[in-house]
Amino acid sequence: MKKTYKIEVDCANCALKMEEAAKKVEGVQDATVSFMTQKMKVEFAEGSDEKAVMQTVLMACKKVESDCEIFLD
Amino acid sequence: MTKKQKKVLYRIIAAAVLMVVLHFVPIQGYARFALYLIPYLVIGYDILRKAVLGILHGEVFDENFLMAVATVGAMLLGIYQEAHGQEGEFAEGVAVMLFYQVGELFQAVAVGKSRRNITALMDIRPDFANIETESGELEQVDPEDVEIGTVIVVRPGEKIPLDGVVTEGSSTLNTSALTGESVPREIREGEEVISGCVNITGLLKIRTTKEFGESTVSKILDLVENSSMKKAKTENFITKFAKYYTPAVCYSALALAVIPGIVNLLMGNPAHWEVWVIRALTFLVISCPCALVISIPLSFFGGIGGASTCGILVKGSNFLEALAKTKYVVFDKTGTLTKGVFEVTGIHPSQTFEGNCESNERAAAELLRYAAYVESYSTHPISRSLKEAYGQEIDKAKVTDVEETGGHGVTASVEGVTVAAGNARLMKRLGLTYAEDTGIGTVIHLAVNGAYAGYILISDVVKEQSRSAIADLKASGVKKTVMLTGDSKAVADHVAGLLKLDEVHSELLPADKVEAVEALIAGKGPKEILAFVGDGINDAPVLTRADIGIAMGALGSDAAIEAADIVLMDDNPEKIALAMRISRKCLRIVYENIIFALAVKAICLILGAFGYAGMWLAIFADVGVMVLAVLNAIRCLKVKGK
Repeated sequence: MKKTYKIEVDCANCALKMEEAAKKVEGVQDATVSFMTQKMKVEFAEGSDEKAVMQTVLMACKKVESDCEIFLD
Repeated sequence: MTKKQKKVLYRIIAAAVLMVVLHFVPIQGYARFALYLIPYLVIGYDILRKAVLGILHGEVFDENFLMAVATVGAMLLGIYQEAHGQEGEFAEGVAVMLFYQVGELFQAVAVGKSRRNITALMDIRPDFANIETESGELEQVDPEDVEIGTVIVVRPGEKIPLDGVVTEGSSTLNTSALTGESVPREIREGEEVISGCVNITGLLKIRTTKEFGESTVSKILDLVENSSMKKAKTENFITKFAKYYTPAVCYSALALAVIPGIVNLLMGNPAHWEVWVIRALTFLVISCPCALVISIPLSFFGGIGGASTCGILVKGSNFLEALAKTKYVVFDKTGTLTKGVFEVTGIHPSQTFEGNCESNERAAAELLRYAAYVESYSTHPISRSLKEAYGQEIDKAKVTDVEETGGHGVTASVEGVTVAAGNARLMKRLGLTYAEDTGIGTVIHLAVNGAYAGYILISDVVKEQSRSAIADLKASGVKKTVMLTGDSKAVADHVAGLLKLDEVHSELLPADKVEAVEALIAGKGPKEILAFVGDGINDAPVLTRADIGIAMGALGSDAAIEAADIVLMDDNPEKIALAMRISRKCLRIVYENIIFALAVKAICLILGAFGYAGMWLAIFADVGVMVLAVLNAIRCLKVKGK
């Protein structure tokens, strides 16, 4: 399962940090952050609850880059 | 500017004003430090906060950390100077933070702006669809809510929101947003239209054939948005580079601050701690890797954006990068180098037949007329091209006693005259002597009233741009151009000779094409890239097998959009060379930025370490390089010759 989320991040390096952080979250198979399009694409692991996973992803991202935002809708 | 950026701007102005005022305030000692602390905190509080948070979260080495250490260090050095009875230098720390924020703001604004520019160029998303209500009024609805089979109304000037078939009206369409082609396209009732085109002249009623999510426009948007997710090698290199670079610089700075002092002490000299500490701090400021980290993805994104305005969709920065190194270009013939439609290319009446007519032209027209009539009941592509060449209404009542012989041809009575049309075998069976020395293509011999009347030549026509496209590719450094085709050797060799291709493989089955490409891949150098160009029809396996798969004429062909790495929206082969030029330019800019940024940093680092460059120069070097690199990256967006 793949989903794309709109994000807000100020610098390219911060986007990379977010990507790294998101990849480490359990339940995330793969994650890519595009600074240019301000989007995060997350591929969820099989059987994971995407809402719960995204909450953790958001927390993990806030930890590495306090200014970032992921719009979970 | 966004709200966030405006806030930073106000902070920059406030801090700058405060600094100027403080310069003239005659206060000495630690009170001065307290006063300078105000602009410092105004401009730098968020950086300090992020640096502290970073340390707490174990993310120590980032640019916030570098800036925080450098400026806090500078402030502490001022206090140290005060403690030793000198006048403390506090302005420096504030200034560094100030310029850093100016640079960050510029970067945010410039990047945000070019990002919006690029997305605006690629903005083909329709906002609404018009549906006619029962009372005859138009209602605007979200294209996503329109079901398949609904009739939508598209007025002149509006975008076609969904793929469909025209049920009423005729118009011209502007497809430039999709193809980069400025020539408008005529559209009539019964024809298919694709979303994303702009209706120019007439009112159209369209019965939709696809949901919005499946429509061309959605597919393309999806593709473009995802393109920056596939990162180029250069991009990955920079990411890795930054990972090792920042810690390395921090440790070097630490060494620079401590070792010379210790060495001095050991040698019995005064340590001069403050000299070496300030050099170490300068070192830190210079070393910020921002210019690289920001400008390289921006360059690739600009390149992809620029290409898409020419109707070239690149599915990822990695493909854009690889395209520049393409040395082998393999083409499919039909639909790629040739138009893929059969046309009458020659009418050759026999001498006897010509003798029965007044003139040569007359004989040719007559021969074509007979051919079109006799083949009028057939739906074979060849008979279709005959009818098209004839161009007049065919009265089928005039054709009687049609008899089709498989593998030979047709005989029929046209206006009471017996006409036979078919291949050489048919002529042989009728016991006629026929012209053997024909041109390249499919030959249709005709016999009228039992006498040989001549032949008509039908062949696939080479695209007008193919020849210059091949020449362009050769000129831009492609080593070998190869054509693969299922067609006969004679036809293939003829086309290859015409286009000056280096190598031809003819009479191939689809599976043979994969083998041929694999053989070429095995034979090329490790850094050379092989691109395969096809029209997406039954060459999907080859498209995926090649290093870069290029599909052309992709308008309306979903299979091609899926299988290829680069999609040419129209069927002009010249676009391949254009795409290569865009790719080259983009890569050149990327390398320019890497070399320029690293060179300036290296020079400044050395100058800083030996004390020739102060903190002011350091911050100018950092911000300046970044500004120039970003401006250079934005050039990728502009495509020459458009």
